[in-house]
Amino acid sequence: MAVTTSTYAAQDSAGSAKARSVVLQDRIFFYMTVASAVLVVLVLVGVMVSLVIGAWPALSHSGLSFLWTERWSKKAQIFGALAPIYGTIVTSIIAMIIGIPVSFGIAIFLTELCPQALRRPIGVAVELLAGIPSIIYGLWGFFYLAPWLAQHFQPVFGVLANVPVVGALFVDSGSGLNLFTASLILAIMVLPFITSITRDVFQTVPTLLRESAYGMGMTTWEVVRSIVIPYSRVGLVGGVMLGLGRALGETMAVTFVIGNSHNISASLFDPATTISATIANEFAEADPGLFTASLLELGLVLSIITFIVLALAKWLLVRGEIK
Amino acid sequence: MKLALLAGCAAAVMSLATVGSALAADITGAGSTFIYPVFSKWADAYKAKTGNGLNYQSIGSGAGIKQVEAKTVTFGATDKPLSDDELTKNGLVQFPMIQGGIVPIFNIDGVKPGGLVLDAPTLAGIYQGKIKKWDDAAIKALNPSVTLPSAPIVVVHRADGSGTTFNFTNYLGQGSQDWSDNIGADTTVEWPTGVGAKGSDGVANTVKQTKGAIGYVEYAYAAQNSLAYADMKNAAGKVVEPSLDSFAAAASNADWKNAKNFNLVITNQPGDASWPIAASTWVLIHAQPSDAAAAGEALKFFDWAYKNGKDDAKALDYVAIPDSVVTLIEASWANITSGGKPVFAAQ
Repeated sequence: MAVTTSTYAAQDSAGSAKARSVVLQDRIFFYMTVASAVLVVLVLVGVMVSLVIGAWPALSHSGLSFLWTERWSKKAQIFGALAPIYGTIVTSIIAMIIGIPVSFGIAIFLTELCPQALRRPIGVAVELLAGIPSIIYGLWGFFYLAPWLAQHFQPVFGVLANVPVVGALFVDSGSGLNLFTASLILAIMVLPFITSITRDVFQTVPTLLRESAYGMGMTTWEVVRSIVIPYSRVGLVGGVMLGLGRALGETMAVTFVIGNSHNISASLFDPATTISATIANEFAEADPGLFTASLLELGLVLSIITFIVLALAKWLLVRGEIK
Repeated sequence: MKLALLAGCAAAVMSLATVGSALAADITGAGSTFIYPVFSKWADAYKAKTGNGLNYQSIGSGAGIKQVEAKTVTFGATDKPLSDDELTKNGLVQFPMIQGGIVPIFNIDGVKPGGLVLDAPTLAGIYQGKIKKWDDAAIKALNPSVTLPSAPIVVVHRADGSGTTFNFTNYLGQGSQDWSDNIGADTTVEWPTGVGAKGSDGVANTVKQTKGAIGYVEYAYAAQNSLAYADMKNAAGKVVEPSLDSFAAAASNADWKNAKNFNLVITNQPGDASWPIAASTWVLIHAQPSDAAAAGEALKFFDWAYKNGKDDAKALDYVAIPDSVVTLIEASWANITSGGKPVFAAQ
């Protein structure tokens, strides 16, 4: 009897020790995950705070007029962000105008129309496109795409330069390093991101829905338009925003092909600049003081633009879910 | 973006590692990319002779100035001389180390390399966007025997900050009052027109692949890549070809003796044979170095290079500093002291 009791007691204490170690294990795990989460927040806050501190001389010098001043002159000590902001937004929008339809086309082909045997090779090709480093796109754009566009594409559109109003968009600068080439490179770079997400969300459309629609005699176009796209709208917005985020911040490839000019021009074929290209070009040789601070303020502006895009995406997603 | 960041981090870590692991005998320096090929050739020869190496990072003049001010390297190298105030503020001294030339390069259908003559006002007009076509009267007047097309001029300049841009814009300012008043001379300026390309290779390739383009690069770069360069009409009104001889002529006609702190930009120098867009690279070093031994080693290396590095420099299409100027420079080294004693003792 005594023996059994003590055995129970021993078992009991072993059990509670085990229970305690389980609790401890869980607690450690909990704190580790908390630490990871806190780290992310700390890094984000740290980056933003150091950007603001670094940009402070510029912020206090020119205030909000930084945003709509076009001049960028070291000699006059006037630094305005309008040209880089304009270039960043316009290249990203054109990249989206070109990239979204093509991405959707690839995704629809892959999920609805593509013969089974071709699905994997094309899918893999799209994913490999995402794996190409941006500097490779930059070199390819600089050595092959830009000269080709300058010789064969721009002269064709250059004819439109004499058309009133829209003509200003197509005045040929003679060089392939311009706003349009940068936009085209960006479109190619965002393609795999938008395509792979779009394809994945298209695949989440229940077969039941799709088959019923086909059963009722709908054409492929009608199925895509009225069933697949409405069903996966939320995911599509996410994919597009991811692509847009990438286009806004892309540095290396854009720096190679945009022509790096702080003069804003109406023509798509004139050189321009973006926020990240300006920082990449000028940071190494920037004097301490207002110049460096203005470059950091540019970084801050880019962070805020990206933040607005992400917030907009979240808002669209939430609105989509409520509907 | 991510990749560039990663590459940047990796490069930073690597350069830190090399600085950290460098032996005490290694001389450390950073700055100008213009002088880098010469420094690396000299360093090889100097190491073979003395066993002392040179660890030079060609990170650009501006970054080199920052590094020497922060004392992370023994000396800095810059293509743009510092003003007297800047030198005094940071306790630095400067002296020229090497000279070379900058040449305009072009791509015009039917015009051969060397088949074009330009001068400072015309070049400034082109870079201001006032002269827009190759058959402009100003260009025709300089090239009466050349058939120039009625094609638009595509102006190409550096997008990144560069000592080459400083010397080039300084020269344009001498051809146009408007340029020097409104745009000025600096490593990066407010370009009124044109396409910006990254680095000398970026400018060279953009000019090569763009019909009607004009750009500017260091002569060494143009010579080694056989680019079509233009001849220039110099301050004496004579047309000169870019060559080591015309650069040397510009260097020897420069009045270093009366230039305080060797602050003299050698563009538009007098003399019939002088190439007008000549450039120098200066070394920056602390007047009261915290590590006197390291500064002494660096000066010994410079002394050796002035005296024995002329042929190496020539082979790379650079011009060595003339002997008369070297004497002035080495005399100025008496001001580099530690505990009241000069760091460099002439042998």
